[in-house]
Amino acid sequence: MRVNPEERRSEWTRVRVPGRLPHNFVLLLIVLAVISGCSRPSHITVGSKVFTESVILGEIVTQLARSSDIGVTYRRQLGGTRILWDALLNGEIDVYPEYTGTLTNEIFAGKGIRDEAAIRQALAENGIEMTRSLGFNDTYALGMREDTARRLNIRTISDLRNHPDLRLGFSNEFLDRGDGYPSLRDAYRLNLPHVTGLDHDLAYRAIATGSIDVTDLYSTDAEIAEDHLRVLQDDRHHFPDYQAVLLYRSDLRQRAPRMIAAMTRLEGRIDEPSMIAMNADAKIHKIPEMQVASEFLSRALNVFARPSYSGFWARLAERTWEHVELVSVSLLAAILMAIPLGVIAASYPRFGQVILGGVATIYTIPSLALLVFMIPILGIGWKPAVMALFLYSLLPITRNTFTGLRGIATPVRESAAALGLPRFAQLFLVELPLASPSILAGIQTSAVLNVGTATLGALIGAGGYGQPILTGIRLNSHSMILEGAIPAALLALLVQGGFELFGRVVVPKGLQMARTNH
Amino acid sequence: MIDLRGISKSYNSSVALSPMDLRIESGQTTVLIGPSGCGKSTLLRLIAGLVRSDTGEIRFDDDALTPGNIIPLRRQMGYVIQEGGLFAHLTARGNIVLMARFLRWPAMRIQSRLNDLSDLTRLPLPLLDRYPVELSGGQRQRVSLMRALMLDPQVLLLDEPLGALDPMVRHDLQTDLRQIFGELKKTVVLVTHDIAEAAFLGDQIVLLREGQIVQRGSLVDLIDHPASEFVVNFINAQRSPPEMAGRSSNAS
Repeated sequence: MRVNPEERRSEWTRVRVPGRLPHNFVLLLIVLAVISGCSRPSHITVGSKVFTESVILGEIVTQLARSSDIGVTYRRQLGGTRILWDALLNGEIDVYPEYTGTLTNEIFAGKGIRDEAAIRQALAENGIEMTRSLGFNDTYALGMREDTARRLNIRTISDLRNHPDLRLGFSNEFLDRGDGYPSLRDAYRLNLPHVTGLDHDLAYRAIATGSIDVTDLYSTDAEIAEDHLRVLQDDRHHFPDYQAVLLYRSDLRQRAPRMIAAMTRLEGRIDEPSMIAMNADAKIHKIPEMQVASEFLSRALNVFARPSYSGFWARLAERTWEHVELVSVSLLAAILMAIPLGVIAASYPRFGQVILGGVATIYTIPSLALLVFMIPILGIGWKPAVMALFLYSLLPITRNTFTGLRGIATPVRESAAALGLPRFAQLFLVELPLASPSILAGIQTSAVLNVGTATLGALIGAGGYGQPILTGIRLNSHSMILEGAIPAALLALLVQGGFELFGRVVVPKGLQMARTNH
Repeated sequence: MIDLRGISKSYNSSVALSPMDLRIESGQTTVLIGPSGCGKSTLLRLIAGLVRSDTGEIRFDDDALTPGNIIPLRRQMGYVIQEGGLFAHLTARGNIVLMARFLRWPAMRIQSRLNDLSDLTRLPLPLLDRYPVELSGGQRQRVSLMRALMLDPQVLLLDEPLGALDPMVRHDLQTDLRQIFGELKKTVVLVTHDIAEAAFLGDQIVLLREGQIVQRGSLVDLIDHPASEFVVNFINAQRSPPEMAGRSSNAS
């Protein structure tokens, strides 16, 4: 009987998580890290971008593969185009849904690639191939509320030029990418002063509540009909074709020829109304993507996939395990690194300023940016997330070690030296114990911050409590957001309380008395 | 015998000690005295190797103090500082035996030494299980003295050990210290700014001013043959209560 590794892993975590953690914990983490670092030759990994349509398409591909008895892992909502494309090139994923317009205008921007043959040629140079169109065109469009559009008599994008007061809110990706707002602005000579960037899913809420007037849409978005939006006519035919395709690594031809056959079955099978309906099912009617995908497969391809649902508690256990793993591994590494850094900083004042400045600078890098910086070096998923959390944890621990050591009164430090203790003994027998309350407080700060920051790991496929939060934002589902947010808050409180108790054991009694007496 | 030859020390541009020679006789108590900033603490810290002199050398009998032999030499010296400099995370006992434990003394030897020191410093043994924060100022100084004496060093360096104590406690400790110094016959260097304390405890008094030695000798020498106006002024600056009472009776 085949046991799919994903199931095996969740089976393992379900057994492990409720058990006692400390003893085998570190060893277990190392083993797990090694296992997750290994790639299995006959195994396929499917990825998807962080929006519902991509998640559904990825789910369809995954279930189709599974029904063809291909071992498959699905890494859903990994991030934006750049993350998925890099992951595909690195071989961290083998397949993901993409759009031809994104290939011509973003991935191969500036190479003058126009037609399908040229795209295939460019892909081939990177060891990548693509299917034919899955059957629908999901191009960019601009939309506004029907009532506003009617009142101002706006039908086309050109009409926007007469209304400089309109507030435009675009998804960050659209605002920045070459084929997005910058080229649209040039093509239409738009000169509108009120332009802001925000998350695509939040944009719908913003336009529904009237805090913005115009936003970018995908032409298969479920909300167009649901929220009574008017799609403005692209009267200058600016937006290119965005035919949905599947990109895959050429080596699949050797590794999993059946996978190619399975993907070919999807070509031309998903038309625009089907895609809008599936998007609406997932986003508005709150049907899990897994079910949306399996219903599509049975309806359109007569394939009866076996979606493996996991219940709330199993999901929670898995997310908890992932989250605790991210936080504990990064924290442990940070402790091993930051305490020596703090000691060096306290011993050599001038070099110390460089160290403290360095870790403080790292701390100021926005977390999302740091995560994305890590991807070219460490790929997606667990490793870059742990690395980013590790880097963030350095500052509180290093600084508290430094201030703890520097706070020791000169007479006390000199008394240790005058006894005739060697330098390392002064450090370990006197200075570090005296600084231990401060060091522990730094570790506690890092741990609590890490629990919060680790939720962002989901953006690059590291799992954890961020996964339901991300899905919840995407599906506008408060209950889904809370499924991640509440356990994250509880874990933060638990960590906070745990360190308080730990402090009572670890911090020398004489120092605890000194704190309460004075 | 501690021999300081051509010793000097500056911090940035300010001179703490001008070049000087000083012999500290074995088995005697030498008191370094002078107004604040005269360099008396700097001199003591140079001997303990806590700061390095800019010029000259310090010899302990035949050994010159160098960075290489500083650790073994420090183990031949006990150091007591104002307010004790005790380690707050250790009990009194933990403070006292820290170095002996580090040197892996057998438990029996440690305990017997503790008993002797407890008698010597008149600090009851049960108090040794308390943390510094649970002890009074005078008790802390006794613990600090025990810690300094634990390895039975030849030299005892005390930097204003009684400076932060109230007068009654100070008086008791002065009496005890004189008895201990007399009993142990160690080479003692004591820093103070109190001329009465210097006279009470010291065999030799070294009066410093602005980084230079003004005069050395006994209190009698300093009173009978003052080297300068400053010596007279310094001694007269500290009034004794009987003197104060005598003046007031003359006036009436």
